[in-house]
Amino acid sequence: MQPTNVSSPDYFHKVVDCQWACPAHTPVPEYIRLIAAGRYSDAYLINWESNVFPGILGRTCDRPCEPACRRGRVEEANNASPEPVAICRLKRVAADLKDDIRDRLPKPARQKNGKRIACVGAGPASLTVARDLLPLGYHVVIYDGDARAGGMIRTQIPRFRLPESVIDEEVGYVLNLGAEFRAGTRVDSLKSLLAENYDAVFVGSGAPRGRDLDIPGRREAAANIHIGIDWLSSVSFGHIEKIGKRVIVLGGGNTAMDCCRSSRRLGGDDVKVIVRSGFDEMKASPWEKEDAQHEGIPIINFHVPKAFTHENGKLTGMTFEVVEAKYDANGKRSLVPSGQPDVHVECDDVLIAIGQENAFPWIERDIGLDFDKWGMPVVDKTTFQSTQAKVFFGGDAAFGPKNIIWAVAHGHDAAISIDKFCQAEDVAVRPPPMMNLLSQKMGIHEWSYDNAITADSRYKVPLKDVSIALKSIKVEVELGFDAKLGFKEAQRCLNCDVQTVFTAKQCIECDACVDICPMDCITFTEDGEEADVRKRLTAPALNLTQDLYISGGLKTGRIMAKDEDVCLHCGLCAERCPTGAWDMQKSFIEMTHAGCGKHKPLPLAAE
Amino acid sequence: MTYLAKPKLHHPKLPTNALGYTRRDYEGAISTLCAGCGHDSISAAIIQACFELDLPPHRIAKLSGIGCSSKTPTYFLGNSHGFNSVHGRMPSVLTGANLANRDLIYLGVSGDGDSASIGLGQFAHVMRRGVNMTYIVENNGVYGLTKGQFSATSDKGSKSKRGVVNADEAIDLAALAMQLGATYVARSFSGDKAQLVPLIKGALLHPGAALLDVISPCVAFNNHTGSTKSYDYVREHNEAVNYLDVITLHKEITTEYSPGELQEVRQHDGSILRLRKLHEGYDASDRIAAMNFLQESKAEGEIATGLLFVEEDPADLHAASNTVATPLNALETADLVPGAGALAKINAGLR
Ligand SMILES: Cc1cc2nc3c(=O)[nH]c(=O)nc-3n(C[C@H](O)[C@H](O)[C@H](O)COP(=O)(O)OP(=O)(O)OC[C@H]3O[C@@H](n4cnc5c(N)ncnc54)[C@H](O)[C@@H]3O)c2cc1C
Ligand SMILES: Cc1ncc(C[n+]2csc(CCOP(=O)(O)OP(=O)(O)O)c2C)c(N)n1
Ligand code: SF4
Ligand code: SF4
Ligand code: SF4
Ligand SMILES: [Mg+2]
Repeated sequence: MQPTNVSSPDYFHKVVDCQWACPAHTPVPEYIRLIAAGRYSDAYLINWESNVFPGILGRTCDRPCEPACRRGRVEEANNASPEPVAICRLKRVAADLKDDIRDRLPKPARQKNGKRIACVGAGPASLTVARDLLPLGYHVVIYDGDARAGGMIRTQIPRFRLPESVIDEEVGYVLNLGAEFRAGTRVDSLKSLLAENYDAVFVGSGAPRGRDLDIPGRREAAANIHIGIDWLSSVSFGHIEKIGKRVIVLGGGNTAMDCCRSSRRLGGDDVKVIVRSGFDEMKASPWEKEDAQHEGIPIINFHVPKAFTHENGKLTGMTFEVVEAKYDANGKRSLVPSGQPDVHVECDDVLIAIGQENAFPWIERDIGLDFDKWGMPVVDKTTFQSTQAKVFFGGDAAFGPKNIIWAVAHGHDAAISIDKFCQAEDVAVRPPPMMNLLSQKMGIHEWSYDNAITADSRYKVPLKDVSIALKSIKVEVELGFDAKLGFKEAQRCLNCDVQTVFTAKQCIECDACVDICPMDCITFTEDGEEADVRKRLTAPALNLTQDLYISGGLKTGRIMAKDEDVCLHCGLCAERCPTGAWDMQKSFIEMTHAGCGKHKPLPLAAE
Repeated sequence: MTYLAKPKLHHPKLPTNALGYTRRDYEGAISTLCAGCGHDSISAAIIQACFELDLPPHRIAKLSGIGCSSKTPTYFLGNSHGFNSVHGRMPSVLTGANLANRDLIYLGVSGDGDSASIGLGQFAHVMRRGVNMTYIVENNGVYGLTKGQFSATSDKGSKSKRGVVNADEAIDLAALAMQLGATYVARSFSGDKAQLVPLIKGALLHPGAALLDVISPCVAFNNHTGSTKSYDYVREHNEAVNYLDVITLHKEITTEYSPGELQEVRQHDGSILRLRKLHEGYDASDRIAAMNFLQESKAEGEIATGLLFVEEDPADLHAASNTVATPLNALETADLVPGAGALAKINAGLR
């Protein structure tokens, strides 16, 4: 096998599963250690640098990092319910417990660079672009049809999940960098916007249209049938304060979960979620389904809506066909009638939350900006540039509805492109991330990180009592970890960024590391093809998504193969190694943001 | 020396044996030996062997003398019986224990100083008595615990860390054991578990006196150039005579060999020691030839390893002494005090 090139920044980055999985590549273990050390402000700033909205994301993030987290794999067969580290909720700990950090944020640029950028929409994607470009001296004008900035963070996510004060604070940090926010100003024509001589335009207008359900009765009973996202924003704005006692929510995604939980707080006593698919295939995150069920909301699956029923123009309920899942030879699923009689469910209101669509009625089709056959703009996946060189896309507007952290990640990449574009550089040439390796050795068996491994199971975030929580749409349900629970949960993190680094010429092949490793990660063996080597290891390396760290150059001609999969980063291999062939080195991977090198990194408190 | 205890977490796919134990269940306390010590690898090999043989930990007794090597029983088989005896006296304590209860599996762990220097007399007698045991010498050529003085197995002409040349002849414990009647004699190297683990398994199954002389580099005092017990030196001079595969009753025989390549020894519990010959014509069942071979290979500067000698039908001390099969602690008063009538009968027989 080819020896591993550990100097390529991606190799060790991939070992930090959470950071690799995070679209914005937040240095998770670094901030978790800072939380354990009680350095909440520093933990916050590390987050702020990468994901711009730590307090918001710490409550709402889709957390792609958690399914990827090594702790979940490590606990398999070791814990009755293996769980990842509560990465997301620890982020909230940093946000909740930090001091006033305003002095430590960048200041509005003193010197402008003369370039003007327009952002359409004031959602997380545009705000990220603004955050990255403002300190470099760009003049950023943000347009939004709504009166306040935040996009769907403000209009869609219900207050019981995300208090308005948190939005105000973090959106404020961005606007205070000197953005010009044109509130209540909808852009009706991209052509005329371009005519205003902006140097570049960023489209972060989201995916604003909720899908409708065109089945019999839809028109007749329209007064009590609502499109989920429109209804949620009306609730957010305070235009809607009540709903009927019996509510059906259609759909299985996170919007459906927000609709049903909001209904419970606005007078819905008997709220049901009814979905076409099976429970397990629902799009909503497991924890959102859990939260809904915790509030006494049943989720009824395998029911396909057939008609709205009504009497004298008033909605009376809905009929559903009951289906079941059938799998063909290729494992492809289809829903087929189960043969059971149709079901009628009575209700007073229906919320349709079956998906969102993009809509760009304000973009002319004759300005050199191509759209594909699905009506989506043609956007480069790396540069986020459209076919009209001046126009960049990001967030839900670029490739369809996703989530906040993806919008942020797009924003960072688009900002790099916009900066390069304005400086007449090639947008296709992307700056590589920076990787810095630092030995953690302090003494013979002393490390500058806490290498002891706790056996604790994941801690649950304390919740407000349901009876109080359901009384008001504004009462935040989750109380968040306090300092003590936050510390305990932080201790579950395995410090995957503290890498096992191997130096073959120092190794005397004594096997000490092989014998001590609690997870059977290390093997000295004959070289071979990867598929064959994987089978011959101390513990066969069956998780193909995880790399083998290979090193040649040993005296016996064998190779060292380390399976990264379930390494605890406990450092025992390095403690046991008589020659220092193993060392524990912290990799700090910093994704490059716009204008990298042109402005100083945020100052952390003295180490 | 490590201060952090080994986390209890184990690999999610860690296999279990017939008793439902994982290999980790055969571990002991965390080792306090120097990092890189060969003795720790031998501990790991013992753990692996006991796991693979499905041995119930509570049926094993670990006995040792004094030395770094003799400390190691703390670091494996944490749920077995153990007795850390006096320097060089492990063999007599083991013999006594074995006489009292032959149902346990006896594992003697010793060092080259413990066995070849202060304990040579005990070593000789435990071998010639044929005590049913697995006797492992963790041989590093020095007194590790007392900071690296030459031991009696140090080769003549080899250099100490400070450059002093050893003028005394070395004792070859494997050769000695063969001469004194041990019925299973092997030599191996701590850095070669593929060879060592099966040899330990074979010894544990062998119903007689089994000696394993395992060269085990001392990283602190005897791993320099000029040493003949260093990792590098042993790797360069290691000449394995055969490769052992222990086939227990439940294990399927999968590999095929051409005739002449294999030598099989059937043990009386039904298991088979299958030897794949690496050295042409080496016959592990011929004691005299094996002894000659050892002398020859030593003269050539080679370290012969593998299963050097095994007797198919060994007898042990109990057979020779015609002792009672029941462990002494299980004998009832009626067995131990047969009464005046029985005495009268014996006396009558002597008249
Ligand atoms: C009910 C619901 C709950 C959600 N919950 C979560 C969650 O918990 N976690 C999560 O990560 N994601 C969640 N999401 C998804 C998340 O809100 C979006 O993915 C994210 O906000 C997209 O960001 P964006 O910047 O692309 O656009 P948006 O946030 O959609 O912002 C677009 C903005 O552009 C404005 N705009 C649009 N067109 C124009 C125009 N022509 N002129 C001027 N302004 C314009 C809009 O008014 C809006 O303010 C949820 C979505 C919904 C619908
Ligand atoms: C009766 C007695 N004499 C001397 C000693 C000092 N002593 C302790 S360990 C040891 C030598 C151990 O050498 P070895 O058996 O090779 O063990 P190693 O430490 O090398 O593994 C000696 C001489 C002692 N403990 N008791
Ligand atoms: S254990 Fe910690 S560093 Fe490792 S993947 Fe999970 S959160 Fe990230
Ligand atoms: S840090 Fe070393 S000893 Fe610990 S699990 Fe990873 S490879 Fe094994
Ligand atoms: S402990 Fe160190 S010297 Fe020994 S095998 Fe492992 S890496 Fe090599
Ligand atoms: Mg010794």
